[in-house]
Amino acid sequence: MQSVGNNIAVCYNKKMQIIELRNVSYEYPIDSENGIMALDNVSLSIEEGQFVVLCGANGSGKSTLAKLLNGLILPTKGSVFVYGANTVTQDDSDIYKIRSKVGMVFQNPDNQMIASIIEDDIAFGPENLGVPREEIIKRVEWALSVVGMSAMRKHTPFKLSGGQKQRIAIAAVLAMRPSVLVFDESTAMLDPKGRAEVMQVIHSLNKEQNITVIHITHHMEECIGADRVIVMKEGRLVFDDKPEVLFRQYDFAKDCKLELPVIAYITHLLGQRGIVMPEVQTEEEFAEALCRLL
Amino acid sequence: MPIVVKNLSFTYMEKSPYEKKALDDVSIQIDEGEFLAVIGHTGSGKSTFIQHLNGLIKLKNGNIKVFDIDLNAKKPDLRRLRCEVGMVFQYPEYQLFDETVAKDVGFGPRNMKLSTEEVDRRVRKAIELVGLDYDEVAERSPFELSGGQKRRVAIAGVIAMEPKVLVLDEPIAGLDPRGKNEIMKLIIRLKNTISPTIIMVSHDMDNVARYATRVAVFENAKLLYSLPPDELFANSGELSRIGLDVPVAVKLANALRAKGVDIKSAITPESLVEEILRVKGGNNA
Repeated sequence: MQSVGNNIAVCYNKKMQIIELRNVSYEYPIDSENGIMALDNVSLSIEEGQFVVLCGANGSGKSTLAKLLNGLILPTKGSVFVYGANTVTQDDSDIYKIRSKVGMVFQNPDNQMIASIIEDDIAFGPENLGVPREEIIKRVEWALSVVGMSAMRKHTPFKLSGGQKQRIAIAAVLAMRPSVLVFDESTAMLDPKGRAEVMQVIHSLNKEQNITVIHITHHMEECIGADRVIVMKEGRLVFDDKPEVLFRQYDFAKDCKLELPVIAYITHLLGQRGIVMPEVQTEEEFAEALCRLL
Repeated sequence: MPIVVKNLSFTYMEKSPYEKKALDDVSIQIDEGEFLAVIGHTGSGKSTFIQHLNGLIKLKNGNIKVFDIDLNAKKPDLRRLRCEVGMVFQYPEYQLFDETVAKDVGFGPRNMKLSTEEVDRRVRKAIELVGLDYDEVAERSPFELSGGQKRRVAIAGVIAMEPKVLVLDEPIAGLDPRGKNEIMKLIIRLKNTISPTIIMVSHDMDNVARYATRVAVFENAKLLYSLPPDELFANSGELSRIGLDVPVAVKLANALRAKGVDIKSAITPESLVEEILRVKGGNNA
């Protein structure tokens, strides 16, 4: 069992709660009196090994929620616990430990590259954590192999494709050995090929390395295969269930300004015209189900 | 008047170890009133192609004529070319720079040396065309606006020059679904008002199917196809071969046809649903 900080609430449940938010609100200050409520009384917990997709329109509070998860920002009300440790702490070493457990990958890979050689870029995180040299070398090798970029280790990151750059950014975070990875729209700037590459890496991290994944996205197709989808609307948590349950609720999804996968939209259009389809996710399933109805 | 491109080739860093052929013998004519979608992988030559259209890349091999401006001439009128062909880059909001929205949008027309009254008229018109309230935003800093609003301001800055042709490089990348729909509707509105010809680079095949009148497919520096979307997507096997996606409606129509359902070509969700209902009606009759 991994532990963080000195004030650890050790948890012996089989499924460990890695992250817990209790009645969390966050207000961005505008001036001394006014603010914008970005997050409004949100409670949720995330278990070890889950693959959670977080979605919602721009301004719904997704990114604010993400930044609260490793203490980049602190709640104005309520508490965030990571491995039982509160992100509001007087002890700086606690927050560093929390950040080493919860890694973040952001939208633009270009903003996340530091060194001019890929392996140096990956080594930057563990170097800052004071990891011994021998261990850093092992971690760099491991992280690059996990994202499938070992062959490029001596190259410069700047000539890579978007998908490759984002995989390097993921490896750089992995080298710090996090248990949880938060992807804040990490696929938004990629072309379809790059997006597929990165999604494949994210899924393998979850399945093979048992890393808990919180994936923020507007691409609802990326919910397929997730354990759980959380939908935010105007700072509130309005949905928390399996993706297929969300895909059935066309009007609700539209109200949350989500764009369901095109298949779900077509299924909805057919329903309006009197052809009521069962639950389908793939083209093959769609064709099979529809053939039975024709 | 059309844009005519003949035998256009271009190589980056020629005669160096990094030499890369970006365009290889590309010929195409783009007529007034077209909505041309340009698709292809990253690195296939799309961006190099569109950057030739307003002289951002100097023509080396081949011929380009934009309306009556001949880019092969000794000194082509690049200033006029750039007024006729407006270019909206990827993530255009990163290019906002001025103190207020009105000043930022007015930068292009001011450089065209128009009168102050004309600049003001165009700035107001452009801001309103992109769906923002002039009185509300004109004097605000563009950096205070939301992401979607910033992108609109950036687009307004280009259309304030009233280009006949609007070139957009992945205008909906990185937006949320509502933002995407709004920008697509905005592009159609611009096509119907200021810029009758639209050239749009996109990876979003569902939007390409819905809006484009013709699709140009780039692969390995070559222009492979330039076809209306229904004809192009009818040959979805070929697109898959070069690793490009097709609209979901096309995939579903293919899957149905494979099961013996007599579905004719459908490239949008709406047309697919109509086709399904037609087949069902026939079966029940």
